[in-house]
Amino acid sequence: MVSLFGRFRGGYMKILVCISQVPDTSTKIVLKDDNTAINNQGTTYIVNPYDEWYALVCALELKESGTASDIHLITVGKADVEPVIRKALALGGDEAIRIDADSNDPFQTATYIAEYAKSVSYDLILCGKESIDYNNGAVGAMLAGLLDIDYIGFATDIQINGSSVIVKREIEGGEETDACSLPVVIACQKGVAEARIPNMRGIMAARTRPLKAVTPVAVDPVTEILAYELPPAKAGIKLIEADNMDELVALLHTEAKVL
Amino acid sequence: MSVIVLVEHTEGSIKKKSLEAVQYATSIAQKTGTTVSAIVLGTLPNDEMENLGQYGAHKVLNVPDARLNELHPRAYTTALLTAAQQEASKIIIMLHDINGRAVAPRVAGKLKAGLVAGALSYPDLDKGFVIKKAVFSGKAFAHVNITSDVKVITLIPNTFQLNKGEGKASIEKLDVNFSDNDFGITVKEVNKIKGEIPLADAQLVVSGGRGLKGPENWGILEDLAKELGAATACSRPVADAHWRPHHEHVGQTGGTVRPDLYIAVGISGAIQHLAGVNGSKNIVVINKDPEAPFFKAANYGVVGDALEVLPKLTEAVKKFRQNHK
Ligand SMILES: Cc1cc2nc3c(=O)[nH]c(=O)nc-3n(C[C@H](O)[C@H](O)[C@H](O)COP(=O)(O)OP(=O)(O)OC[C@H]3O[C@@H](n4cnc5c(N)ncnc54)[C@H](O)[C@@H]3O)c2cc1C
Repeated sequence: MVSLFGRFRGGYMKILVCISQVPDTSTKIVLKDDNTAINNQGTTYIVNPYDEWYALVCALELKESGTASDIHLITVGKADVEPVIRKALALGGDEAIRIDADSNDPFQTATYIAEYAKSVSYDLILCGKESIDYNNGAVGAMLAGLLDIDYIGFATDIQINGSSVIVKREIEGGEETDACSLPVVIACQKGVAEARIPNMRGIMAARTRPLKAVTPVAVDPVTEILAYELPPAKAGIKLIEADNMDELVALLHTEAKVL
Repeated sequence: MSVIVLVEHTEGSIKKKSLEAVQYATSIAQKTGTTVSAIVLGTLPNDEMENLGQYGAHKVLNVPDARLNELHPRAYTTALLTAAQQEASKIIIMLHDINGRAVAPRVAGKLKAGLVAGALSYPDLDKGFVIKKAVFSGKAFAHVNITSDVKVITLIPNTFQLNKGEGKASIEKLDVNFSDNDFGITVKEVNKIKGEIPLADAQLVVSGGRGLKGPENWGILEDLAKELGAATACSRPVADAHWRPHHEHVGQTGGTVRPDLYIAVGISGAIQHLAGVNGSKNIVVINKDPEAPFFKAANYGVVGDALEVLPKLTEAVKKFRQNHK
């Protein structure tokens, strides 16, 4: 394995931001007739909010403050994800890499990204807490494992000074401050950065930023989705009068059995 | 060949959700004709570990290294890989929580194992190794088959009811060769919010939206939460306006909750909000607008002004608690 360690020099930090494309949050999920796939006709796609709002903007801030030199965006997907990558580039980033493959399997996705990351030696890899389509939240931690570097998840604040990293992260019922050294993979959530809106200059510039397609390494998926299912409709609501809260409590006790 | 399950503990006792994970592992072990080895990393009283037998654990493999009382994903991975090798395990189970989500993907990657992150069902062994999980933040479910030899699962807390049985697990010490890199992360500071019930695993949640008008009105919502022993949550605009801390924000771009009871107060029920809460077993909606979309997703509804309804509900709960001591 290529060692990522020790290559870091102040101001020359290279950041890789993992970007995934997901259906717009207002999308209503519709299945194909045999339930083996999602019907994505008419679906509009966006950059996964956690990737865009927090991971990418955090990287941009690090570049603007002179801490980072290069920001690369990476995604796994066929050519049809390119418009969404351009949307991300409109916020910033020096170049984008698209691993030319379809993958729904975290191990496959993480392996693709790890193999590419080894060839460039990034100092910092940022991703979102999870993608809002498959909700695995697995690629970041898996990637760190495949690269044999540290991983911090659920980050709410990131400070970098030289090669030392201070991260605040969510824990059960509170917050923890962790210290480690570059290189590291950090999964970001709210707090890490303030979401931005792309401006016209960014959108124009994004058109000409390099976006290269890379042939994936050979790796088989280790999971497969056999079928989908929609949540059952609620059986119907019971309305309770506003001044009869004793009845609501009684129902929660005897019927719902939650009290 | 035993099924391995990582057990989380805090302040000398095992977390309830880890008992759920042990019980889940036991069911799989029975179906696959093997036993459960529970992995306890860090220091814990012996009787706590033995009691895992009440949920089906055959033995406990303990690494009594106090550094492991804190989460160190690399060290945890090293320990789990050591245990998996020693036990020739093919099935590894953790929780779908902050700790499990930092460790399980790493272990899966190292073992080239298929991962189901966020299991909601036992594996269906007739069709392969098929597990149901939520996708699109709860707008749908997927049935995922793990095709690799080794399988890693993270289980959603509060999915299965606990059934305590008889039994005592034997305790064995697990020897692990840690490297310095395994402890590359140093914990500088821990800030726990005193008395707060962690939202992600809460069984009862009271959540407020913009309908509460301003942060000054959260007192009456907290009164209800306190009376119920519930965690508090909020909609995204409420967190964005800093009426409430960010970690309370639930929905498609915030936390996901699956409590037994979710009480939504002054929340309209936008699709992005519902996505994070529709795994709740029961939903009560309090909203002054009878047309609010949230009523369509609710089991119980109260049409009324939250500022008037909340204190009444709190009173009713108080009365109920007094009569059911
Ligand atoms: C990309 C994206 C991601 C998003 N992610 C999330 C997310 O993760 N979580 C989330 O919550 N939202 C999210 N949203 C926002 C979402 O679309 C809604 O705007 C939001 O959920 C509305 O919050 P609310 O219900 O508190 O406020 P409102 O929509 O303003 O609703 C307030 C409700 O309170 C009721 N009300 C008013 N006064 C009273 C009273 N006195 N008593 C009782 N009821 C009263 C009203 O009838 C109304 O139904 C997202 C939006 C986008 C575009």
